[in-house]
Amino acid sequence: MNKPLRRIAIFCGLLVLALLVRINWLQYAEAEDLNTNSKNRRITIERYASERGNIIVDGKPITGSVETNDTDFKYKRTYVNGPMWAPVTGYASQAFDANQIEKLEDGILTGNSDQLFFDRTMAMFTGDTKKGGNVVTTLNGAAQKAAFEGLGSKKGAVAAIDPQTGKILALASTPSYDPASFAGYRDADAKAWNALEKDKDKPKLNRALREVYPPGSTFKVLTAAAALEYGAVDDIDAATDTPEPYTLPDTRTKLPNSHPGCKNASLNEALRVSCNTVFAKLGDTVGRDKMVEMAQKFGFNNAEIDTPVRAAASVYDKNMDKPGNALSSIGQFNTATTPLQMAMVTAAIANDGKLMKPYMIDQLEAPNLDVISKTEPQEMSRPVSQKNAQLLQQMMENVVDSGTGEKAQIDGVKVGGKTGTAQHGENNSKNPYAWFISYAKTADGSPVAVAVVVEDSEARRDDISGGGLAAPIAKKVMQAVLDSKK
Amino acid sequence: MSVVTNTTTIGAIEAPSRRNTELMLLAFAVVIPVFAYINVGLALDGKLPAGVLGYGLGLGLLAGVAHLAVRKFAKYSDPLLLPLATLLNGLGLVMIWRLDQSPRLIQRAENLFGSFSPDAPKQLMYSAIGIALFVAVLILLKDHRILQRYTYISMAVALVLLILPMFFPAVNGAKIWISLGPFTIQPGEFAKIIIAIFFSGYLMVKRDALALASRRFMGLYLPRGRDLGPILMVWAMSILILVFETDLGTSLLFFGLFVIMLYVATERTSWIVFGLLMSAVGAVGVASFEPHVQQRVEFWLNPFAEKTWEQSEQIGQALMSFGSGGTLGTGLGQGDSDLIGFAANSDFILSTFGEELGLAGMMAFLLVYGLIVERGVRTALAARDPFGKLLAVGLSGAFAIQVFVVAGGVMGLIPLTGMTMPFVAYGGSSVIANWALIGILIRISDTARRPAPAPAPSPDAEMTQVVRP
Repeated sequence: MNKPLRRIAIFCGLLVLALLVRINWLQYAEAEDLNTNSKNRRITIERYASERGNIIVDGKPITGSVETNDTDFKYKRTYVNGPMWAPVTGYASQAFDANQIEKLEDGILTGNSDQLFFDRTMAMFTGDTKKGGNVVTTLNGAAQKAAFEGLGSKKGAVAAIDPQTGKILALASTPSYDPASFAGYRDADAKAWNALEKDKDKPKLNRALREVYPPGSTFKVLTAAAALEYGAVDDIDAATDTPEPYTLPDTRTKLPNSHPGCKNASLNEALRVSCNTVFAKLGDTVGRDKMVEMAQKFGFNNAEIDTPVRAAASVYDKNMDKPGNALSSIGQFNTATTPLQMAMVTAAIANDGKLMKPYMIDQLEAPNLDVISKTEPQEMSRPVSQKNAQLLQQMMENVVDSGTGEKAQIDGVKVGGKTGTAQHGENNSKNPYAWFISYAKTADGSPVAVAVVVEDSEARRDDISGGGLAAPIAKKVMQAVLDSKK
Repeated sequence: MSVVTNTTTIGAIEAPSRRNTELMLLAFAVVIPVFAYINVGLALDGKLPAGVLGYGLGLGLLAGVAHLAVRKFAKYSDPLLLPLATLLNGLGLVMIWRLDQSPRLIQRAENLFGSFSPDAPKQLMYSAIGIALFVAVLILLKDHRILQRYTYISMAVALVLLILPMFFPAVNGAKIWISLGPFTIQPGEFAKIIIAIFFSGYLMVKRDALALASRRFMGLYLPRGRDLGPILMVWAMSILILVFETDLGTSLLFFGLFVIMLYVATERTSWIVFGLLMSAVGAVGVASFEPHVQQRVEFWLNPFAEKTWEQSEQIGQALMSFGSGGTLGTGLGQGDSDLIGFAANSDFILSTFGEELGLAGMMAFLLVYGLIVERGVRTALAARDPFGKLLAVGLSGAFAIQVFVVAGGVMGLIPLTGMTMPFVAYGGSSVIANWALIGILIRISDTARRPAPAPAPSPDAEMTQVVRP
């Protein structure tokens, strides 16, 4: 009986071998996948196992952690002025994962990042309890407050950038939500979450970064830039050969103006009173491909604008026909942009043609406040020459001095801007969006460029609404930045 | 030495008993779990656990008693089996104690049952009973061949044990329990030993008939019906277990046992084919209409699917537990294997080992099981009587299959079946029955390795040796 016995021994050996192979596969080859599986509760447990680091604005944390007596999650996230900062921080919830900075910088905030390896090892020897590192943002508390309070109960968004560095100074979105309301995983948290999910005003949407709007007349700034750059206009004060109304190319559709005095208006004058005809014609003269090129230099059609929170791609259609291009040149048709994108356009012009990459994380700090990494300002592109940028500034300043954007004037500071009212919906049936883009300029260059959009249902259907509704908000934000520079 | 002058061909040189080797290994088998216990205590509370002295002494005492019993009643037995079993039992106790400390499991028990009672003390008591049974086997079973007498009684007892749970309510979807007052017993664990005894006795008698008196049919040797009867009955039994008690593990165990022992007894490969065929027919037949079995297969194939997750996240949790352990593990007491929740310290205790001791620990752990099986098969090889051979290979084969089925199930290698990992998992029946199993193996190995008694001096030899002048 010994021969079959030996075979049975081999069989048993194979059983054990199969187990050994499997356990190697599971714990060595597949471990990484299993550890990052979205169903793995350890990720959440780890996220709240120790005191989470904070997100810092102006040297003060806008987040916090409280100790709970829960078996799974030792700490719970808290927020200072949650609704105001939600578009910056995102949320970190025990039940509903995390997003934006809370998610992107989770490694630093939990202290698990490889960048913190040294600190962790030191803490192990010194016996310190583990703590997360901090994320220091570029935001300006006063500007954010001005933006959030300016929007008030209106639906809309504000994005403000420091044109010289690309630092994001304000990022507001209303209506907003309080991330603290669903930071835990109890019934109340689920209730708050579900209510937000169902809310048709979409409070969780980050309108400043993640929503695209038709830019309306604010886009004319970009068309003007293209006209100057590609030689369609040499002298901004020279009359353009523009009829009124203007017939869209290849069609019989007549494009009117909302103001008189646009016939043969100069570029300067056309921007000041926001002539549709002049810019539609200029867009057509420059041509679709060149318009696309200019728009892309400013950041359109780029799905990877990471601040590091990724902004939605703004659209300037690459394949549309001639009338489409003409309409797009005045910010209609299917042109769509995020408030951040319009702030970038403004910032590039205010910065003499140099577009800086927008970012909102200034530096990452270890728990002991050592700086682990610091974001250096980075040039993204140069959409317009310095000379043309200054011409554009001159025209935008006209708009504020004596045009549609008078409400943005600030005493003693040069302010340039552009209003816009974007019609949307089928046959423009829905209420328009009020836009205002602007920058302030001091002797040291421009410290702030702002884009404001208000989805206002009561707005009057003309360009005054951009100037009337959005410009005062932009003014407050610029004022706040200027004050904080003093 | 007198033996040198012996002229018979049987070498009766005193075989070393290896009892001191066993004692030394036992010391390790006690010290390692004690250190593990201290480790868990330090990791969880930052101080020595209060029970460390009692636990160490208790485990040492149990091991000592078992060792003395072996020294006295099974002097020549295999020196590895007892230390390996002690090591597993000790580590299992540590892990059960560790899971008792989990706030998550305590809260879970309080939510579900209104109170929480630790399992480790109960397991320690079961271990003591198990070792008592182990000692009793060594004392009462002077020679394993006595068991041969109980061949048909064993069959009857096994059948009763297997059928009984059908009359008790299902626990968590499987009818594998019988409850006697406060105690619940899983008769399947004992049945595997008793069935091995029945098979050994039956096959020893019928092996020639089964191997030789058969008709050739399509290249296979088919046995006569009257020889096959009792075996077919057991096969049918295991199918019935599967159907009525929805106990996949136990039926797999019996199928395997059945095939292995038939093959060893008849030495015919065709029996493997025949056995596998019967098993396959049974398994496929049952799987096609038994939703419980289908569900297990579904869970196994898609552990992370949304639907699986809703019904049972245990497999997925166990897999993530292993993943979290990685190569070196999180360290004792520092894992989150308690996320598995229900059955974390019984069916799924291997996940805790995997998470906290890592790949390195799991490999060592599986090899310990492999070693037990290997010593069992070696005992079968060394045994001199066919009954002993069959019984030893049957018991170690059952042990191997059980380890494979449970560990494979928890690791997602095969569908989960719901048996317990011998010695480490929480559960009285399992620990007690496996100690009895080790007891029988030790008894067989003692008989196998015992030196043949010195033959009576041959008068002829005496005559020729004395030459008188």
